[in-house]
Amino acid sequence: MKKKQATPKTPRRDFFLRQWLLKFKGFLAKYWEIFTQWWYRKISPFFSKIKYALTHNVVFRFEHQKITIFSFIKIRTTRRRIYAFYGFLFILIWLVGLAVFTLYPMFYSLYLSFNRAYYNLQQGVVTTWIGFQNFINIARSSILLPLFSDYLGRMVISVPLIIVFSIIIAVLVNNPIKMKGIWRTIFFLPVIISTGPVLNELMAQEATSLPSLQSSAVFNYLTNSLSPLIADPLTNILNSMLMILWYAGIPILVFLAGLQKVDPALYEAASIDGASAWDRFWKITLPSIKPLIGVNVVYVVVSMSLYVQGGGILDLARTHMLVGAPDSSIWYGYGYAAAIAWVYFLLMVIVMAVFARVFGGRRER
Amino acid sequence: MKRKIDVGELKSRLKRFLFGMKFMDGFIFKFVIYILLISFSYIYLYPILYMLVNSFKTVDDLINPGVRWVPTVFEWENYSRAFEVLEFPQSIFDTTWYVLKVSIAATVSSSIIGYGFARFKFPGKKILFAIMLATFILPSQVTMVANMIIYQRLDIMSSEWTMLLPAITGQGINAAIFILIFYQFYKTIPTVLMESAEVDGASQFRIFRTIALPLALPSFLIVFLFSFVWYWNETFITALYVGGAVTLPLKLQAFRASYELLFPPGTAGAELNEAIMLAGNMVTILPLLVLYFVAQRYFTESIDRTGITGE
Repeated sequence: MKKKQATPKTPRRDFFLRQWLLKFKGFLAKYWEIFTQWWYRKISPFFSKIKYALTHNVVFRFEHQKITIFSFIKIRTTRRRIYAFYGFLFILIWLVGLAVFTLYPMFYSLYLSFNRAYYNLQQGVVTTWIGFQNFINIARSSILLPLFSDYLGRMVISVPLIIVFSIIIAVLVNNPIKMKGIWRTIFFLPVIISTGPVLNELMAQEATSLPSLQSSAVFNYLTNSLSPLIADPLTNILNSMLMILWYAGIPILVFLAGLQKVDPALYEAASIDGASAWDRFWKITLPSIKPLIGVNVVYVVVSMSLYVQGGGILDLARTHMLVGAPDSSIWYGYGYAAAIAWVYFLLMVIVMAVFARVFGGRRER
Repeated sequence: MKRKIDVGELKSRLKRFLFGMKFMDGFIFKFVIYILLISFSYIYLYPILYMLVNSFKTVDDLINPGVRWVPTVFEWENYSRAFEVLEFPQSIFDTTWYVLKVSIAATVSSSIIGYGFARFKFPGKKILFAIMLATFILPSQVTMVANMIIYQRLDIMSSEWTMLLPAITGQGINAAIFILIFYQFYKTIPTVLMESAEVDGASQFRIFRTIALPLALPSFLIVFLFSFVWYWNETFITALYVGGAVTLPLKLQAFRASYELLFPPGTAGAELNEAIMLAGNMVTILPLLVLYFVAQRYFTESIDRTGITGE
């Protein structure tokens, strides 16, 4: 007891400073302990987490069939999910392109077709909403309307012509004849060389009409006796007959490929049962290539529609777009061009659908 | 020894020769088929022959109705004029270089995209594939209005990037067909090959690089040839986005104007006639014709590759 009482008293008597320091030390020790406790509980785990993150691939970890992202999102990888991931990875570039160069322009031009739109160097495209006015203007236009009806007339006559012609050629080449390759080469040649300027020049020099057709009696009779609505497209077609037949290049090869897939045993069985060549054509050959007609109709309509004639619909749309200005009374700018293109596209799709229906019937597959 | 000629046998042999066993293999049938084929191919080749023959004609031959198929003199002057107007041979190198870049971009990108569609199953694949095929029927004229604005924002208007960017992302000319060709080809590679590589620890990119690509070389060639031809022949979009006189067909489009610049009207013996125009046309399609006759097999086999005829 004595000692206990004595010890605290001596320093107080000896050094005031030391006593103060000790007091301060006790104070510090107390708070140091609180601080270390807090550090131990709150901060250390944080550092250990950082250490863990640095040593354990926290951002992306792939182990035991499990993908862990930030130790937080856990995905169980199945084979199907891995494949889906890689599939999207491979077509990613196409998805981006589809969004940027196809879908967005498509819908933006649809939006523009309801607007009066002009390009302005300072502000970009300036649009004013005018509803269906562009389409009404197209329907009123004395230049565009005949062009559209001309387009429809040309399609209605030439698409069946091309399809029938290509079936005939394909059936002919499919016979057991010599030099099949040469015939295929000849009939595919136009696909290679049919570029716009060359076609235009040939058409301008009248090298595309059948040589003796122009002066034939049938030709004159048709042009004189029919109403101009039908006769005009008809004369156009007869004048550019060879050009139209040139579109048959790819359909011929498609039909040929289809014919080569037909089982020869079918023909043998039919001829044993007494079917003539004529019967065999209608009962075996034609039904077997019928599903291909739809594909060919689509191809022919697309490739014929994309041919740009000087002063044609597409050419006009381009001029409207490039020359159009707010103060111009002839050329109406981006909105009008977009409307023309959309009407053209819709007509194209309608033509395609009707022909695919008429020729192909319902596809049973 | 004289053999007696049996009239009956001769008759039956003649009949057999003419009509064959089943008519389909007789002489008459074949004769009719050859006649039809030859006449159809005459119709088909008539514009090309016309172009070839008339491009060699002199002015006198052009007017003379008696000269139709064989010119009296082969006028090479037409071709030298056409060369001069079309800036041969510099223009052919420029065109080839430009088309080569674009078509290689289109080929490589469609091979990757086609592999993605053919090899992997993922949600929404059927819809995306249908959209991909549907882009074939969308004319570029529908999207041109908005595409012009996009290119202007990207600041690549009037440069080759306007054709390269869509080609790289699989949206170029007829890209749907190219992707379809690759798709059908990759479908025919047995999946066992790739699965065994996967078991051995190859990554998907390695499988694509070392197994799928080497097998697909014929498809590469076909797609490359077609994209080359189609990009060469494309004039509307190229003129709009890239510029007026980039490719040979575009130079041909402006043939009259550039001819009058070189040979002003009024110069003696320098009037532009049809023969010179046709010579220009021949020069423009000549590279493609050469390409076609060299690689003819790949062009005509392409249809089987698209697999639209079903298996």
